[in-house]
Formats: sequence, structure tokens, C-alpha cells
Amino acid sequence: MASSSSDQTFDVASLVEDYSLYRISQYVLVILFIGFFLAPLETGIMTAFKTNRAVAETIPLMPPLAEGFTLDNMMFAFNALSGAFFNSLFMAIPATIGSVLFGSMAAYGLTMVDWRGQLGVLVLFLIGIFLPYQAVLVPLARFWNNIFPLASMVEPLFVALPILQGYHANLVPLMITHIAYGIPICTILFRSYYQGLPTSYVEAAKIDGASITKIYRRIILPISKPMFGVVFIYQFTQIYNEFLFAFTLITGSDTPEAVVTLILPAVGASTSGVDFGIRMSAAFLAALPTLIIYVAFAEQFAEGLKTDA
Amino acid sequence: MGTTDTTESTKPRTEEVGWETKVRYFLNSDLVRSSPYWGIPFLLMGIAVYGGIGFNTAISLTDARGLGAPDYSLSNLDFEMYTQVLGSSAFLSAAQNNLVLLVVFTTVCLLLGLFLAILLDQGIRYNNTVQTIYLLPMALSFVITAQVWLWMYNYDFGVMNIITRAIGIGPVDWIGNPSIALGSVIFALIWQFSGYTMVVYLAGLRSLPDDQFEAAHVDGASTLKTYIRIIIPQMKEASVSAAVVLMVFALKAFTFLYALTGRYRPPNGTDILATLMVRQAFKLGKWAYSAAIATYLLILALGVIAPYLYYQYRQGSL
Repeated sequence: MASSSSDQTFDVASLVEDYSLYRISQYVLVILFIGFFLAPLETGIMTAFKTNRAVAETIPLMPPLAEGFTLDNMMFAFNALSGAFFNSLFMAIPATIGSVLFGSMAAYGLTMVDWRGQLGVLVLFLIGIFLPYQAVLVPLARFWNNIFPLASMVEPLFVALPILQGYHANLVPLMITHIAYGIPICTILFRSYYQGLPTSYVEAAKIDGASITKIYRRIILPISKPMFGVVFIYQFTQIYNEFLFAFTLITGSDTPEAVVTLILPAVGASTSGVDFGIRMSAAFLAALPTLIIYVAFAEQFAEGLKTDA
Repeated sequence: MGTTDTTESTKPRTEEVGWETKVRYFLNSDLVRSSPYWGIPFLLMGIAVYGGIGFNTAISLTDARGLGAPDYSLSNLDFEMYTQVLGSSAFLSAAQNNLVLLVVFTTVCLLLGLFLAILLDQGIRYNNTVQTIYLLPMALSFVITAQVWLWMYNYDFGVMNIITRAIGIGPVDWIGNPSIALGSVIFALIWQFSGYTMVVYLAGLRSLPDDQFEAAHVDGASTLKTYIRIIIPQMKEASVSAAVVLMVFALKAFTFLYALTGRYRPPNGTDILATLMVRQAFKLGKWAYSAAIATYLLILALGVIAPYLYYQYRQGSL
């Protein structure tokens, strides 16, 4: 990379030339890597809009041309996924709100109040972030299926509700599972933010005799709005994208309560192989909610990842 | 535990010297009154995480399989499953694949991420937009990226084989050939994760004061030398935390492999501990056996996390 700058003479012309060559090579690299990161996604999107013939006959990177263009795959994929979109959002939004709120509360309790043994509690939260979920899968399945079959308990309620169907009850255990396992990461994200806050506000409020609850509601909640944005976006993306819990708790990709990630690996598959036009359309549609959030809130997403580390 | 007390008490208490009695009053009442705040989430998380681990361990000591409930009677509990797992060739080859995945994936992600971070730290125009693009794959589900790479690796029409044909190597069976499949999977995962390591390193680079770089330049050090001698050694903390996240991911990676085939069995040659465990449990119903595999996985993950937490604790950054 650093091809130059060993020459110590003061030849201005060669310095400028060196510098700009160096600069150009940097930009070439930047653009090459943009290609590296975007090409797989681009081929996917292009393929989604191609007829089967165009898929077989044109280069995947090329956009579909007049005759090769079709919306049929998109329509088919949308029909296959539309119910799943509702299921995913119905499950992911309350689960996100729950884990973010609990995370904020726990972080507040752990940073704003000074007591012994905090470090131990913190370590338990941290291990919860890194836990390989395989270590709890068998218990999870047993718990929700045999020990505490919450889904079948709340099913009558769901039948009675408008819009919802009885089978949506099966999403409730998944929701609670996501809340519980989402708490550690949300707590740590909020904790790093609360630690950076000036303590003077809280101290002043304490001296004025404000209660813990009042400090949380009147001071901490208002000033942590930006962090709520970060954690909410991060956590929603995680839960929407998640697969393993859904796979464990929902019986199959052909059930009406299946979420998007569960159905996707089966869309467009037949005995003769995968229909990539349909599969790529479905992948594109499935990615759309997170893509929109990502493009709109890229900074918050990067922030969440950074604090994560 | 003597040091614990000093690290905890230095920060907030310094402002309140002389208020001994009032401080103590506050501490006591705060602890009690704040308990609903951290207590409820802690309880929920504790049941899910530690209750789950305990339950898993209990099941792993039984012989549970199939439909019947596990028999927890004392005479039935033993470590038989653990020895059985260690003796099986499927476990050993999965562990071997997992080790390759962990080492290669983590190393390349760190190197590529560092390279990209340094590249973007050179005052590139629109560097925020570029960063957003590099990080984009990280926002997508593994289920989605697996589909995209399945198409990239497609034998007849995939982009990768268009490239290999153009170079003259001829088509490669990226996913079907057991000796290449793991490499293909690692490549795709590096594509997805190197944006993440880049963001971690960029945060590290931007926290460094600019004058170090200028001083090195005045001394006549080249850009490359400055990075190798001065900047990169200061990236130790960023490297460690990124490496931990990547290694733990490599241990629990399941979704990407499952989504490639849509079946319990991932492509030949890419079976790792996580996929083996899920297959034994939910396809074959060998609950105790798979719970034992899960315990091994947990121990491996703790082997990565524990030194990290200790390191963080020693640095005073917990």
C-alpha cells in the first residue's frame, strides 16, 4: 500500500504525483470493496426480477432486460410470505419493546445505585450475552411444550380477539423467550450509555429528595431517548432476523404461525431443485424491513454494534 | 475480592466525602428501592439463562430420548452421555470443522476489518456512506445471506463460477464438494462479518490522538511503518473484544448452515457442533445426548469468555 514516501528529497512535482497516485490507489481499493460487499446482494435483487429463461441465460450481475423482466416471482414470493410478515412483526415488536424496557431498567438499577455485589450480577448478565443458545434449546422445548404449555392456555383468548387467529397464540412463548434472552444485551448497551452520563443530575435530584422511580422517569428516561433509539433498532433487527428460537418453538415452516426466517429456506424449493427467481424474490422481501431500518438508521445500528464490543 | 471494593467505590463516593451518614442512608434505601429495577429483569434473565443451563445439565445426566419424560431418579443419573459423545466420530469431525471455522474465520475477519478500518481512516470522501455499505451485510439475517450465497455458489449459473470459468479454472462445486464446502462457508461468513470488525477498529482508531501520527511523520517514518509500529499495537483492546464476539459466534453458528440446505444436515464437510447438537435433539430426539453436546459447547464458549471478562476486570473496564 505505502509505495512512496521513502524518498526524502524535496522535489515538489514528484511529491504531488506520488501523493495523488497513492490517493487513487486508495479510492480504487474502496470501490473494489464496495463491489465485494454489494455484488452478492445485487445479483440476488437482479435475479428476483428475471424470468426463468433470463435466469439461465444472462449473467446474474446484469439487470433484467425487456423480455427477461418479470414481477411474477415477486408476486409469488409475496403471497408465500405475507402471513409470515404479520407473524414476524406481531412477535418482534412487543418482544423488542419488552427487552429494551427491561434492559433500561436493569441498567439504571445497576449503574445509578451503588451497592456491593454489583460486579457479580453484571458478570451474570455478560455471560447471558455470549451464551450459545444451543445450551438451553432442549430445556426451552420441554418447558414450553410439556411443563408450561402457555400457547394452548392463551389460545381461546386469541380466538376471541379480532384480526388474530388461534394459531397466533403459538407466537407468545417465542415472544417471551426473546424478551428474556434479549435482556442481557440491552442491559449492557444501556449501562455503557448511563455510565457516560454526568452524575450531577442524579446527585442533585437525590439531594432534593427525589425517589428512585422519580429519577428514572423524570431524568433518566428523557435523557436516554437517543440510546432507546439505538437499542430499539439493534434489538428489533436481531429478533426479526433470528432463526434458532423460532425453529425450536414453532413446529414447522408449513405452519400458519411460522415467521419469515423460518419459511424462507423452503420457498421456491421443489424436487427439481431451487427456483432461484422465486427464492431471491423471497429473500429480498424478507430483507426489506431490516434494509429500510438499516438505511434510515445506519448510524444507530453501527453505534449498537460498537458498544456491543 | 479486596480490589472489587475499591473499583466500585472510587467513582461516585468521592463527590460525597463528609456526608458519611447521609450517604449510608442513601445507599441502604437505594438498594432496596432500586431492586425492582434490576431485580425483575435479573430474575427473568436468570431463569431463562441459568435455569436453562441447569435444566440442560440435568437432562444430559439422564438417558432421555424419544417421547417419554426424562427419568431424574438418582440411580439413573450419570455421565454416560458425555463419554458417549466424546467417543463418537461425528462429534470429533464436527469439533475439527468447528476449530477450522473458528480459527480461519476469526483471523481473516480481524485482518480484513483492520485493513478496511485503516483504509477508511485515510480521509476518504463520503467515508460514512462507505462504512454503511461495508456494514450492510451485517444487518441481514443469516437466513437471507445464506440464500444469496447459495445463488453466488450455484454450479451452473452462479457468479463465482462465472469468475472461475473466466480465469480458466473451470466450474467448481463450491458447496457440493466436501473438501471445499467449509472454505466456501467461511468466505461467505467473512463477507458478512468483516464490516463489523471494521466498525470496532474504526472506533479504536478514532479514539487515538492525531498527534502520534504527525510525530511519527516528522520523524520520517513511512505510513506503513507508523501503522505497524505505533497504531496497530494500540488496537489490542479492540482486537480482543472483536475476537471474542467472532469466536463465540463461530461456536454457535447454526442458522447459516441450516439455511443453505433447509435440512438438518448441512452441506457435507461443514457439520459443526451447533448443527450436530440441533440434529441429534430435534431430528433424532436424542435429548440427553444432545444436551451433553450442548454442555461441551457451553464449556468451550466459557473458555473464550472467562479469560476475556477477567482481562476486562483487570483493565477496570467492567
